[in-house]
Amino acid sequence: MPDKPRLTREQIAQRAARELTDGAYVNLGWGIPNLIADYLPKGITVYFHSENGILGMGRRAKPGEEDYDLVDAMKVPVTIIPGASFFNQADAHLMTRGGHLDVAVLGGFQVSEKGDLANWKIPGSKGIGNIGGAMDISAGAKNLIVCMEHTTKDGAAKIVKQCSYPLTGIACVNTIITDLAVIDVTKAGLVLREVAPGWSPEEVQAKTEAQLQVRGRVPEINLG
Amino acid sequence: MKQKVFSSLDAAVADIPDGSRIMFGGFGGAGFPNNLIQALSRKGIKDITAISNNCGTREGELGIMFKNGQVRHVIAAFPGPHANYFQERYAKGEVTCEVVPQGILCERMRAAAAGLLGFYTTVGVGTEVANGKEERVINGKRCILEKPIHADFALIKAEKADALGNLTYRLAARNFNPIMAMAANTTIVEVDEIVPVGSIEPENVITPAIFVHRIVQAKGLRYAG
Repeated sequence: MPDKPRLTREQIAQRAARELTDGAYVNLGWGIPNLIADYLPKGITVYFHSENGILGMGRRAKPGEEDYDLVDAMKVPVTIIPGASFFNQADAHLMTRGGHLDVAVLGGFQVSEKGDLANWKIPGSKGIGNIGGAMDISAGAKNLIVCMEHTTKDGAAKIVKQCSYPLTGIACVNTIITDLAVIDVTKAGLVLREVAPGWSPEEVQAKTEAQLQVRGRVPEINLG
Repeated sequence: MKQKVFSSLDAAVADIPDGSRIMFGGFGGAGFPNNLIQALSRKGIKDITAISNNCGTREGELGIMFKNGQVRHVIAAFPGPHANYFQERYAKGEVTCEVVPQGILCERMRAAAAGLLGFYTTVGVGTEVANGKEERVINGKRCILEKPIHADFALIKAEKADALGNLTYRLAARNFNPIMAMAANTTIVEVDEIVPVGSIEPENVITPAIFVHRIVQAKGLRYAG
């Protein structure tokens, strides 16, 4: 029997955007996190940080507007908003590692029940892997959100007891937002905060290797 | 006064010996010293250790050096999905690579520049980056010892230089360049424009001239990838 519908990647980003507050300094990683800027709640200003030395990054550049000296961490030409600043890469990571950003959002291959994150190398893949800024960001983030699909394409759990993929950081994740759930990492373990529309906590647990704690009624993810 | 301005790219890199440790600025297609890299490759240098965020974009940026088999070892944060010439040689064992977290790469270079012999960080604890490194607990936090990364030469890109070597950068093309400028024995910069001494307001200087040894004017050569 086919599964019930899950959130799309855009809807995961949309849900994650609701975790951001007015005036926050925020770093967005590759993958789903990179979609979040398109779904900011109306009326708030967020200062996006890019590891190559930009604070106050704006929307992507329109055709004809591109300046290849002004790119984001994915090499995409971007714009800046009023009040933006430029600085060198060491200062950019001083901000990530030193706990100066309010929120960082990264993609993930696996998250463990202790909040360990694996997101830089797939075991058995050819090549050496790309760490980039992910280890600095995960080590220093005051609030680290991981956005990812709940399971792999083959249906294997990505929220696991212990990561089998090479680690990016240990005990660093605060919240996991997937196509099935919003989960908080607490000292007492993983707490199921919200489930995807139409999914029960038991059905989400069945797709999760790590134990999820359910405290009372778990609301559905509201994208409204 | 020592003359820092060189008349050609080839002259600016002519004495870099085989086997040198060389830093290369640039990130995301911006701020790469592409003209100096071309000159270095053209001179037929061999066996270098390259220190750079990535390992090239196809033939662009550092890619040409891997294509021509001129790199023996590389220290990088993000070798990159488009670094096909690096990947081919890495797979054959013709080049070795140390992957370093990006901010730690910056700080290891800054440590070298600042005369520090290392620092402790929580970054990489419990990961393969920590393999072989001293680990201890400071203020209740597990951390590892990271050591400086120094270079014989740094090849960087800036927007403007005066004849003394004071530098400014354009937009986000600054990235690794000011850090590498400080961490090498000899820093060689390619710039879009050389301006008269005194025409860069002192408060606008990003890299002070003390860190810059050779200046060469070069037209921007870009590799979008």
